[in-house]
Amino acid sequence: MTEFLQQLLNGISLGAIYALIALGYTMVYGVLRFINFAHSDVFMVGAFAGYYLGRHVPAGTIAGGLAVMLGAMVICAILGMTIERLAYRPLRGAPTLNVLITAIGVSLFLEYTGQLIFGATPRTFPQIFPVTTVQIGGLSVSSNQLLVIGVALVLMIGLQLIVFRTRIGTAMRAVSLNPNAARLVGVNNDVVISFTFGLGSALAAAGGILYAMNYPSIDPLMGVMPGLKAFVAAILGGIGNIPGAALGGLLLGTVETFVAGSAFSTYKDAIAFAILIVILLFRPAGLLGRFVAEKV
Amino acid sequence: MLTVSDLHVSYGAINALSGVSFTIPQGAIVTLIGGNGAGKTTTLRTISGLLRPRSGSILFRGESITTLPAHTIVARGLCHVPEGRMVFANLSVDENLSMGAYLLRDRERIARNREFVFGVFPRLKERLRQTAGTLSGGEQQMLAIGRALMGDPTFLMLDEPSLGIAPRLIATIFEKIVEINRSQGITILLVEQNANLALEVSSQAYVLETGRVVMQGPSAELRDDPQLRATYLGGGPVT
Ligand SMILES: Nc1ncnc2c1ncn2[C@@H]1O[C@H](COP(=O)(O)OP(=O)(O)OP(=O)(O)O)[C@@H](O)[C@H]1O
Ligand SMILES: [Mg+2]
Repeated sequence: MTEFLQQLLNGISLGAIYALIALGYTMVYGVLRFINFAHSDVFMVGAFAGYYLGRHVPAGTIAGGLAVMLGAMVICAILGMTIERLAYRPLRGAPTLNVLITAIGVSLFLEYTGQLIFGATPRTFPQIFPVTTVQIGGLSVSSNQLLVIGVALVLMIGLQLIVFRTRIGTAMRAVSLNPNAARLVGVNNDVVISFTFGLGSALAAAGGILYAMNYPSIDPLMGVMPGLKAFVAAILGGIGNIPGAALGGLLLGTVETFVAGSAFSTYKDAIAFAILIVILLFRPAGLLGRFVAEKV
Repeated sequence: MLTVSDLHVSYGAINALSGVSFTIPQGAIVTLIGGNGAGKTTTLRTISGLLRPRSGSILFRGESITTLPAHTIVARGLCHVPEGRMVFANLSVDENLSMGAYLLRDRERIARNREFVFGVFPRLKERLRQTAGTLSGGEQQMLAIGRALMGDPTFLMLDEPSLGIAPRLIATIFEKIVEINRSQGITILLVEQNANLALEVSSQAYVLETGRVVMQGPSAELRDDPQLRATYLGGGPVT
């Protein structure tokens, strides 16, 4: 039982990271109907931003850790908005395939520019937050895991408030439902799309730092695998659906952790893709997604 | 108030409008009628900035809006209620109305507009929490018009408000359109396939055929025009 709970906790904290990344995929899909493959590399840049910022704050303090995290989120928000402005906006109205290929190009560009600047050798991520082990019942829980869950929870609640309670959030949903109708009520869709990239990229940066804290080695290709899994999580929850992405991430992280702890541990990375195939076959709209037919 | 001159619009190689011109005086209800594919929707989409014309000009209150992006045209008080209504299906009625006032910052004014919309369409007030996509066709049309009214328009373009709506409700919606025009002084450009009704509520009419204005004049005169009656009014006797 203790082991089960321990694994569950591991799974949830991994899943929370997938969820943070998946939110970015799903939000961009919502407003632009394409998968931003460069998103996983923004996650990587977030981790590196944390690595460098971490040198300038006192190590192992909560205030320092939060400052690093906020700084990385701002850097990645700017990066995401820049990518949208330079690479995707000129292609507005072009066939989706062109945009997808461009996204893959941007992804490769970031990965290899990363290798050029940071080098290909993995680096150890500094301890920016204080680390202890907490005993809860019979469980020994690392403070990092609690931090991951706590930060992810706060960010997701914040996102929910932005999307459902603010003017720009309502505009995001409106653009995603009907871009032309949004323009007709005075929404500047470019601003909303830019904001969406900024928001998604900030979440990816937080995810990158949380990931780096728990798997403490970072390299320019570190985004590839978590990025793919978060993408599967977004599809699992129903692409374009924000609560779906959170749910998909948590489920995927949990399942993966249990598989890793079982006799089938060699398949832990394969499980995500097995899930992807099963969803595409049986429930292509995802768990919470549905194809909304517009009444005309 | 609005002057459209020699508008040419094409979709790729297809010419949808080949030289459309018309003028809409302040405070009037003017109708644009014509059969399927005549170019009515294209005309409205070009005026509201969703489409760029190949050539021609659009003057709104004396200023050119020909190349402005859609959101800045709305800001000038020109609102377009699109064909097929395009309400935000997953948003509530309430949120749809709020989106209509997207460019307004003054809360009091938004509240006043909301009351005005509820006065015109009391049904919307009863359905505030309902998801817009689950409204009936007629209710969605009311919402689409209400959403446009939320933005304080001085000029309203309506694209086939009678489309797919029960006849009894059509009469109500047309009454409301006239009411909005009379009580608020909002100028209206009404696009319709239902020529009978459109000619009844409007003062001026333009008839569009394959991207050209083929007939124009006071609505009362066009109603009695034998050629027009034969083409668009089913050729029956004057009612
Ligand atoms: N997106 C598009 N791509 C290509 N051609 C288009 C497009 N939209 C409209 N057209 C063409 O432009 C012409 C004018 O269409 P438009 O929608 O303006 O007609 P309409 O008068 O509004 O017709 P209806 O009464 O059926 O709504 C038609 O021949 C139509 O096929
Ligand atoms: Mg039309």
